[in-house]
Amino acid sequence: MSDNPQRSAWHEPVIRALKANGVRLVVYVPDNVLRPLLGAVAADPHFTSFAAAREEEAVGIVAGACMGGMRGIVLMQTSGFATLANVLASLVVACQIPVLLMISERGTLGEFNPGQALVCRTMRPVLDSLAIEHHTLTRLHETEFMVDRAARQAFQTQMPAALILSPMLTGGKPSG
Amino acid sequence: MAMLRNTKIMDRADLAGRLIARLRHDEAVIGGIGYANFDVFGAGHRPQNFYMLGSMGLAVPIALGLALAQPQRGVVAVEGDGSLLMQLGSLATVASVAPANLTIVVLDNAAYQITGGQPTATASAADLVEIARGAGLVKSAWAADESDFERLLVEALAGPGPSLIGTRIAPSAPQRQTPREPARIKDAFMLGLGTKSPF
Repeated sequence: MSDNPQRSAWHEPVIRALKANGVRLVVYVPDNVLRPLLGAVAADPHFTSFAAAREEEAVGIVAGACMGGMRGIVLMQTSGFATLANVLASLVVACQIPVLLMISERGTLGEFNPGQALVCRTMRPVLDSLAIEHHTLTRLHETEFMVDRAARQAFQTQMPAALILSPMLTGGKPSG
Repeated sequence: MAMLRNTKIMDRADLAGRLIARLRHDEAVIGGIGYANFDVFGAGHRPQNFYMLGSMGLAVPIALGLALAQPQRGVVAVEGDGSLLMQLGSLATVASVAPANLTIVVLDNAAYQITGGQPTATASAADLVEIARGAGLVKSAWAADESDFERLLVEALAGPGPSLIGTRIAPSAPQRQTPREPARIKDAFMLGLGTKSPF
């Protein structure tokens, strides 16, 4: 997939949109698809980035930073998102803290692991039931606009937002 | 098997009062879910207090994020043993990120007191200060008694941290409950931190 220039460059518009919205903190539980983005933010002094042991811990860190005036985003995979319903409901949505979530989507369009395929089906219903704005990024030329506007809306409305990285954008995880 | 411990079993309200009284620089305090934040509230509301209502185990992560956002401000997480056991990985994250302005105070009553006193793992086997040291938080210590707690706290607040102070407390219930209004709690906290301004 990396020989496709579109699919190797998706992280660049994401980084531009994050910078345009003053996002400086990136906390993640890593994923293969996220690698180019993780590498780029680690190499960029604009960002503070590190791994948390669990996704809900990462949400807590970004929520705390946000209340302290530092905007941030949590990067994770579909399976990690599935651990978040309680913290999203009781901390981020209840307190109206604009935490950004970016989820590398597994479990669809060529998944080889049945567990991933099942847990993927829970993601959008959970986001919908918590009334969290979410968008699925599928095309490179739309990515910067969607990340920028979703982030802008999150900070203006003081509500979280989720951006889902479709395999159509990233190439996904190569079939095992 | 009961473990041999030479730390005094202290009173939670008394310790919370001592903690708040030692804060001289508008330090932020993150009160963990349940009795931990009731104790912080009971010691007297301050604009720089955040009271958790849910998201059990996240007092330390929230405090870590705040410590990164405001490196000039001291940040104190007050967390119970049950909550901390739920998010032990956060101790390793704190040690690895190593914010100099973060202090963790653990109120360990060896029980899930709020749900009826069921024993946690610290009642029989686990030692949270040893766990914290193992996670890389080298400045971790049990408070032997009240004056030792104050000594450790003053040292931790003076920094550089991160530091963790373990306290063993009796199985009593707090006197007051925190208001259950999450958005208001957040707004009041941000006003107190100066990250939100009044209308």
